[in-house]
Amino acid sequence: MTTCTGCSLLCEDIEVILENGRIKETRHACRRGAARFRGCRNRLIPSVDKNQTDIDTAIKKAADILKNAKSPMLFGWSNSTCEAQVKGIELTKKLNAAIDDTSSFCQGLLIERALQKKFRTCSLEDVRNKADVLVYWGSDPQDSQPRHLSRFSVFPRGESRQRGYEEDRLAIAIDVRESNTAKICKGHFYRIPLRGDREFILALMDALSGKVPKYDAKRILELAGVLKKAEFGVIFAGIGLTYSIKDDIDILIPLADMLPNFHIMPMVGHYNMRGFNEALFKETGFVNRVKFGDKPVHDNKYAIVEALKAKSIDALLVVGSDPISSLPRSVTSHLASIPVICIDPCVTLTSTIAEVTIPAAASGIESGGSAVRMDGKVIEISKVIENTYLSDVEIMTRLMEGL
Amino acid sequence: MPTVMELYQLLPKTNCKKCGESTCMAFSVAILGRKKKVSECTPILEESFKKQKEKLESLLLPSAGAEETGMIVHPELCTGCGNCVVACPVDVANDPHGAGIGCAPTNDKVIFKVVDGKVKAMNIKECRRFGKNRVLCYACIDPCPVGAIEFV
Repeated sequence: MTTCTGCSLLCEDIEVILENGRIKETRHACRRGAARFRGCRNRLIPSVDKNQTDIDTAIKKAADILKNAKSPMLFGWSNSTCEAQVKGIELTKKLNAAIDDTSSFCQGLLIERALQKKFRTCSLEDVRNKADVLVYWGSDPQDSQPRHLSRFSVFPRGESRQRGYEEDRLAIAIDVRESNTAKICKGHFYRIPLRGDREFILALMDALSGKVPKYDAKRILELAGVLKKAEFGVIFAGIGLTYSIKDDIDILIPLADMLPNFHIMPMVGHYNMRGFNEALFKETGFVNRVKFGDKPVHDNKYAIVEALKAKSIDALLVVGSDPISSLPRSVTSHLASIPVICIDPCVTLTSTIAEVTIPAAASGIESGGSAVRMDGKVIEISKVIENTYLSDVEIMTRLMEGL
Repeated sequence: MPTVMELYQLLPKTNCKKCGESTCMAFSVAILGRKKKVSECTPILEESFKKQKEKLESLLLPSAGAEETGMIVHPELCTGCGNCVVACPVDVANDPHGAGIGCAPTNDKVIFKVVDGKVKAMNIKECRRFGKNRVLCYACIDPCPVGAIEFV
């Protein structure tokens, strides 16, 4: 059995059939996971100034760039193992640099509150064994974490939910569009207008406290009734909800207080984003956007987006991420004027403009380690194929030695 | 999938009984249920019905790969989520500690398995739609939001 690193569910029940040292077939992994195991078409090669070189030269050049930069930033981390992330934080400390990860424009806000224990959260095993009311709010796991519904939430039989999903579980979707998850929720889909989550939460809180909600009173009262009766409820808060209420994220806390049987779970995309958030939280008390110095400082200006907009960084190390394809062009244009070091198994848009590229082993396939699932459980990931690529941890160690 | 009426409109509508069915309408029901073949209608093989015969065959093409129970899996639509694997009552009964609790199937008695990110149907004789005491079960179609499984 192998662990899949396709998404943050980290499915541990995958069978991989090998033939001549290559993956021939994957069993039980979803399409997303199967694609991850198939690997990439274009492997990254070590290069300096777009000229092919050997890995030692590339690492040495990368260390030089980091050493000479005044305010470098280390970004990415969500697709690396916990061990590499810890090393990365150490490296940032040594450089007195800024560090940020993809949670900065993803679920960071919600994970920070979950780690600060501002609301109740639970494990995915609890969801499988106990949950009877499941609310997918601004999240579409059917497409983003395809096995979420079948492995943990809607369809499996659990210890206290033995009778199958038709009788024992109720799935509710709250979203701006009828996603594939909403299609499964059928009669319990609440369509809300864009950025309408705050009004919906306020209306729901009114309904829960016995007042008549301001809009769509009938359906919201009906929803409040269902939520109140839940024995073990879970709100799967997606990026849709986080983006919509990012200026007032703490509004979720009074809602959670009004629903004593409910738990909130941030839906994480990348396989080890939560791992990085937990590691940095343990080290500094913040989940992202940190600058190391005499003491770690947390500020919005150390977010990748803000830093690139303000052009306040003079070198960027990207580990297992592709900011050029995930961020708007107006933000990433600054990358053309600063040295970028890209560590990735595959050729990405970022690697094509990078001054130094360092190929890494794909974690979960070519290198092992541990990762943190979306609910905070640590899962071991294993090496499937023998190979000569350096893992992220080894690259980080060698970069530190190079300094 | 075409309807019985769509197929009927393309037949000669003479109720000649050469196919063994009493009417052309009964024959169109039989070809839709894959009990008869279009070629068993001898008048349609004549030159004057050539176009209608081609149309009929193209309409019936999607059900060509159907299993004995009429199940068709569309691998190009499947996302490999495994909802059907876990929701199928036969899978749960045959593998209560694997597919039943949402994990990967632990034996080969199950009907659905995900291979290379796409679902594959096997052990079709176990399906509740098969055999004498068959029931009109929708357990694998209902949880599939992309319509990758259909019965014809």
